[in-house]
Amino acid sequence: MNDLVIVGHGPGAHRLIDQLLRQGYAGRITVLDAESRPTYNRMLLTSVLEGNLGTESLTLPRHPDAVRVWQGVTVTGIDRHRRLVRTDTGQEHRYDTLVLATGARPHLPEVPGLHDSEGFLVENVTPLRTLDDGAHLARLAESSGRITVLGGGVLGVETATALNARGLAVTLVHAGKHLMDRRLDPAAGRMLAEALSGRGIGVRLSGHPREYRPGALTLDDGQEVAAEAVAVCTGVLPETTLARQAGLAVHRGVVVDDQLRTTDERIHALGDCAEHDGLPTESSGAGRCQADVLAQVLSGASPEAHYPGTRNITRLKACGIDLVTLGPAEELNSGDDAEAVTLSDPARGRYARLSLHNDRIAAAVVLGLPTAVATMSQLHSAGRPVPADRLAALLGTTPARHTGSGELPDSAVLCRCNNVTRKALATAFGDGARDVPALARATRATTGCGSCTDTIRRLCRSLADTIPEQEDAA
Amino acid sequence: MSDIRSVHTHCPYCALQCGTRLTVERSGVAVSPSDFPTNRGGLCQKGWTAPALLETPERLRHPLVRGTDGELTPVSWGVALQTVATGLQRIAGESGPEATAVFGGGGLTNEKAYLLGKFARVALGTSQIDYNGRFCMSAAASAGTAAFGLDRGLPFPVTDLARAGTILLAGANPAETMPPLMQHLTRAELIVIDPRRTATAEAAALHLQPAPGTDLALALGLLHIAVTEGRYQADYVHERTTGFDTAWTRAVSWWPERAEHVTGVPVAAQRQAVRMLAESERSYVLTGRGAEQHSTGADTVGGFINLALALGLPGIEGSGYGCLTGQGNGQGGREHGQKADQLPGYRLITDPATREHVADVWGVLPGTLPGPGRSASELLAALGTEGGPRALLVFGSNPVLSAPDSAAIAERLADLDLLVVADFVPSETARMADVVLPVTQWAEEEGTLTNLEGRLLRRRRLLTPPKHARSDLHVLQGLATRLGQPAGRFPTSPREVFDELRRASAGGAADYSGISYERLDAGEALHWPCPAPTVPDTAESDTAGMVAHPGTPRLFLDGFAHPDGRARFQEVEHRGPAETTDTRFPLWATTGRLPAQYQTGAQTRRVPDLTEAAPEAFVQVHPDTAQRCGLDEGLFARISSARSSAVARVYLDSSLRTDTVFLPFHFPDGARANLLTQPARDPRSGMPEFKVSAVRLEAVPEVSA
Repeated sequence: MNDLVIVGHGPGAHRLIDQLLRQGYAGRITVLDAESRPTYNRMLLTSVLEGNLGTESLTLPRHPDAVRVWQGVTVTGIDRHRRLVRTDTGQEHRYDTLVLATGARPHLPEVPGLHDSEGFLVENVTPLRTLDDGAHLARLAESSGRITVLGGGVLGVETATALNARGLAVTLVHAGKHLMDRRLDPAAGRMLAEALSGRGIGVRLSGHPREYRPGALTLDDGQEVAAEAVAVCTGVLPETTLARQAGLAVHRGVVVDDQLRTTDERIHALGDCAEHDGLPTESSGAGRCQADVLAQVLSGASPEAHYPGTRNITRLKACGIDLVTLGPAEELNSGDDAEAVTLSDPARGRYARLSLHNDRIAAAVVLGLPTAVATMSQLHSAGRPVPADRLAALLGTTPARHTGSGELPDSAVLCRCNNVTRKALATAFGDGARDVPALARATRATTGCGSCTDTIRRLCRSLADTIPEQEDAA
Repeated sequence: MSDIRSVHTHCPYCALQCGTRLTVERSGVAVSPSDFPTNRGGLCQKGWTAPALLETPERLRHPLVRGTDGELTPVSWGVALQTVATGLQRIAGESGPEATAVFGGGGLTNEKAYLLGKFARVALGTSQIDYNGRFCMSAAASAGTAAFGLDRGLPFPVTDLARAGTILLAGANPAETMPPLMQHLTRAELIVIDPRRTATAEAAALHLQPAPGTDLALALGLLHIAVTEGRYQADYVHERTTGFDTAWTRAVSWWPERAEHVTGVPVAAQRQAVRMLAESERSYVLTGRGAEQHSTGADTVGGFINLALALGLPGIEGSGYGCLTGQGNGQGGREHGQKADQLPGYRLITDPATREHVADVWGVLPGTLPGPGRSASELLAALGTEGGPRALLVFGSNPVLSAPDSAAIAERLADLDLLVVADFVPSETARMADVVLPVTQWAEEEGTLTNLEGRLLRRRRLLTPPKHARSDLHVLQGLATRLGQPAGRFPTSPREVFDELRRASAGGAADYSGISYERLDAGEALHWPCPAPTVPDTAESDTAGMVAHPGTPRLFLDGFAHPDGRARFQEVEHRGPAETTDTRFPLWATTGRLPAQYQTGAQTRRVPDLTEAAPEAFVQVHPDTAQRCGLDEGLFARISSARSSAVARVYLDSSLRTDTVFLPFHFPDGARANLLTQPARDPRSGMPEFKVSAVRLEAVPEVSA
């Protein structure tokens, strides 16, 4: 029997197992999970911060008993020669196929005072990566009533808005010149900051922390930000230690090919720890997609399946702020060969910038336009062209079904249920059917769903206006 | 002549079963809508023009048998029935009774549906019977049964909807498919989920326009919001349901931004939908074929039921979940034994007590009843194959047009040794048949139908049938006796069949035993279950003390139909369509109906007014997409999927998604929309995936010339 060992049990690994079982994978599956609780969905930590979900409700479905899940077990090494992994509990697990799903760990900035002498974060300072972090942060926030979020990337902005929604005083300190500067152009970044300020979140840009001491964060320019509690959201680093020690190729993440295979053909990697085509995995969506491909490869359902790479789509999860960035930000200003579409409406907090090649989105930022956020994400994700009417697509306006305005043509169907045209109604009117009931008897108009009754009544009035003239003329 | 001049009856088409009055006038039969609760004096063009069917020049007037020259030739009824019986006996003799099969329809009366099921199990002794309702109601039926322990399209009267504040219509387009229903939806704010901007969507307060095949992701996303925004009715869920925690372990991963990415429905619109449903005093969640006709159909309906349960809607007067049934007797047709896995009374054929009860009514031994057979599209796909049926009897259906992957289905039908079709017009399937049996139609016969709200209705006879037409009940008796059955076992009087159906359904989920023609004719509004009164042990032998059951207009008010009285959440996960778009087939095709046509159009395409209103097949395309494919309004396009190609005229519509085209499925030959659809089936219900196929479009210059 084939022995599949999976290191790590985040949502990506969970999805892999789910898909393997669905495809009838026959081998034995062993999961070695460093966390000591059932798998949960990390993407919803901000919902916990908002206070909308209890930590227990993030739990993902339990696998069938045939899947052996070891919790609280850290893998300490891989013996590629003997094809086994060793754990901190002294176990050895033999594998035919090994999957590394070790995830990422928070990147913590080197700010004096943030760490204690043993290198641990000091009290009242926490990253936001695990469920324990989330619970800790919620407690910190509740007890102090105010919090400083360090880092104005996606997670920082989401964390700040979630804690703000919980009713806390939040200050967001960001080193860049504008928020989410890796993904947004300055104009969008400014509007995002305004959206946050409008909710009462303090936004401090170009804020390079110089020193932390309990209660205050001092910035480079000498200013001080009150900081009884600090959430550190300054990015993550792929967790590659095991792969590195085992001699697998590691760049920023564990290097994998289109079948998520590392430089050892028996070892695969997926999710936040993996790097495909020079790019680290950056979204949970990419991790899911990788899990689906790897499941097809390992189950044999589609051994030739390959991971095409996932288009870079970053959708902010912050209630009431609709923001998506598509493609690499540097493409937003990619010169003359791209078609640039810009819509800027700062007064209403609406902004869009599209960089199009051959009608397709190379890169885009869309903010405050909820329908366009959805539409453009889908078009980009599927590589489909943007509608020719760019403005209508951005504004999400519903196209009129009937072209032309004013006078309806004779052929216009006014009663859809009974397929009655304006002409038929006018003829019946001319023959003496002068009100709605009489027209209904003569033409059946209004007798289906009844929704055209007002239209027919209006038509009656307008036809009545023309009658005296005709009769005079006659 | 003392012929009947006028009767109160119902429209021959959809499940709304609008009340009508038919009158024989000098110029022919006239119809007028009656003030029946479902239609309140309304009628759509199909209903108004239905009398034209009675006079259609294409009426089948003689039994036909295909001669040695390959042509269908008129014969006497005796010859036709004997040809069928001999063929069936020969095939059963060579290959066993399972080599004979029956395909029924959701338009048949309760009496016909019941007798057809009995005919298959008793006269043919085959398990191979199913019906076109699989293409219609099966997904909602599976999900409804799983959730509530009982499936009745609407578990409340249609008229309840008139007092609703908010109604979510998931994949339903009543403004075009069931227009008089809209009279009940004028007060409510409508939320419409449909990839197309249909007439119903245009009437809606909120239109959610998901990518085809992503409805379940949307349902999961809405449930997620209901919980995270605190709209979840904890007391209701605690007291009246089970399984929420398991369902939630799936919905938890469908945060609104992820649902937006998969479906294309903006987060803000998702939140608004949940808010509207939760804040309204009276809310309903209704599904239609758009949500149901997928290879994940039952799970998708389960997702919407989960949402309704989390919001505390089902089983409370003034709110709830329901499915809008499609075919005229789609409800009754699924309750009395046409379904491969069921016996009369809407009971499983595998249940020993059910088998014993029904066998007793039928006067046979339980052991002689076959077990469950193949579901519709499995059955059709097996025809003429090794181990599959060699003979098929078709009643009230036109699978050449209605079945998915119809080019393949036509091949299967062509490979049969014996295809028998009972119909009153030469449908596309009838034209392929070896024997065609001309039967009576609606205004020429008596019977009952069960409408979309589970209410029993009387169909009444106005006209004497044409000389050579026989009712389906006569046909079944004629065949059964030739197969050696006693005539009395297959009565030809609808009333007699109904009385037997009542006994067979007694004690079942759909219990009709307390319903009689007399009660219906007296004008009683009877919704099933309606059991017969039982005589108290101590009562005297007369029936004076017995009170007739009033029927059940509203189900589940005191508890759901599971033994513990609780509704079940279903653990469902989005899987997406069975095929995906790619560079060869980059667009989604979705199929549906037009206001002026009904089902495969076998009837409505023969009504001149309707043909004028909807004369031909077309493919609706967004102008951008048309331009990219080199197409323009009025030109012809070839629409190709991995299965086959169809050709249809191009209609431009800028309200479509640019990734989606739409084809109505009413039209025959090379324009059959089902040439494109997939054989993929829902594992829970057998529902085929009608609503999503990957296609490409090309101009067809020669046709447009």
